[in-house]
Amino acid sequence: MSRTTPLHGVHESLGATMVDFAGWRMPLRYGSESAEHRAVRGAAGLFDLSHMGEIFVTGPAAAAALDHALVSRVSRLAPGRARYTMLCAADGGVLDDLIVYRLSAEEFLVVANAANAERVAAELAARAEGYDAAVADRSAAHALLAVQGPRSAEVLAAAGVAGDGLGDLRYYAARPAKVAGVEALVARTGYTGEDGFELFIAADDAERLWRALAAAGEPYGLRPAGLAARDTLRLEAGMPLYGNELTTEVTPFDAGLGRVVDFGDPGEPREFVGRAALEAARDAADGPRRRLVGLVARGRRVPRHGYPVVTAADGAVVGEVTSGAPSPTLGKPIAMAYLTGRAIGRMIGNVADERIEGLAVDIRGRHEPVDVVDLPFYRRNR
Amino acid sequence: MSSSIPEELGYSKEHEWVAGLDDGRVVTIGITAYATEQLGDVVYVQLPEVGSTVQAGDPVGEVESTKSVSDVYCPVSGEVVEINQAVVDDPSLINSDPYGEGWLFKVRTTGEAEELLSAEEYAALTAGDS
Repeated sequence: MSRTTPLHGVHESLGATMVDFAGWRMPLRYGSESAEHRAVRGAAGLFDLSHMGEIFVTGPAAAAALDHALVSRVSRLAPGRARYTMLCAADGGVLDDLIVYRLSAEEFLVVANAANAERVAAELAARAEGYDAAVADRSAAHALLAVQGPRSAEVLAAAGVAGDGLGDLRYYAARPAKVAGVEALVARTGYTGEDGFELFIAADDAERLWRALAAAGEPYGLRPAGLAARDTLRLEAGMPLYGNELTTEVTPFDAGLGRVVDFGDPGEPREFVGRAALEAARDAADGPRRRLVGLVARGRRVPRHGYPVVTAADGAVVGEVTSGAPSPTLGKPIAMAYLTGRAIGRMIGNVADERIEGLAVDIRGRHEPVDVVDLPFYRRNR
Repeated sequence: MSSSIPEELGYSKEHEWVAGLDDGRVVTIGITAYATEQLGDVVYVQLPEVGSTVQAGDPVGEVESTKSVSDVYCPVSGEVVEINQAVVDDPSLINSDPYGEGWLFKVRTTGEAEELLSAEEYAALTAGDS
């Protein structure tokens, strides 16, 4: 039996198509997912992300414990700032990708993917042993709403933000604020490639805040958006999805995200779980074992998760699609894929993506030509 | 969203509808509103070629949406005599008008049709599931 978010009744009353996702009953779309996608690109969208995990790490040694547990030095974050990072296994495989918010000197909020939240909480608790820090999974007590899109700041202002407003809140920063009378931790983060905010609130306040944001946002073109739009938005923005691009089988370097791994300062290496394996991945003489690339299909059939990437010339398998969808913004099918295999061989380590030519995707038996492009597919104008 | 199910059509278990079974040998085939609601926004349609011979129960095309792809099955045997080019050019017609402008192709029937469901039977098949 899947869990429901505090907004389940709202979704049902809106006529949402509901779907099981990561053990939760979630809205897939409310009407047309393409229209929801375009609303976020052009105006604003309202998302229920209450399935995400909220794990609090607190105590005098909370920063030190997280530095040991994660591939980034979150001890370097100033209070009120956030960082995208990962929890890796000792062999360098990715256990989850996370956003860590430093709420105060001794208090951190770790936001984990729904499917991994319990594992992340357990792993953080194990890795915090011996540190003066406490790990608490408070996912059930929290709801998370996101307002994403170029008009997000106007929508929040219209809903009513107590005090100085949120206009000066920087990207990857967060602070407590009262929005439409609801106490929230408001973060300028998201998963759509647009400006936007994520609002962490008490589960009991979810419905009140949703209704206030929906009403305030309507004149700005805000509409509720489901998981289908969220997936095409993040795909266009080149953002990885755990379970697709990120798994325990890949390292951050395979995914082109080696920059999140902090090995320490020159002459002052730091220790963290997975360091040795990740160092080896970074220093591999022949480049990473695989490489994540963007694909744009020339035809209209859509490369999807799990489809083989092949050479157009002889059909040799050289990779696999991790995510694919018709892109509402580009008007053609796009995909992310790992390229591996000898047919491409060493060149994948040091050749610009657009120089890799002659590939196709095996779409249910037919080889459909694709072009390899640099990620992301879409970048907003700032 | 609620699926409308026109009384006068025949339905396959694979969510195609068939029109014109009673009054002629050329039938029109499309997919049901229920199917389009399950699919979401349709972005690509592949239809059989005009002049091709089809067997009842064969996959003859595909309908692709943001989240999924489905085969289109032909519920009758015969020859494809016309395809809806408008729906190839603008697949969203399948979402906006599945029983009208969103029709897919026409077949001159030669043999037996699949056992088709009545509107009532099709409603029962899809009840409580949308």
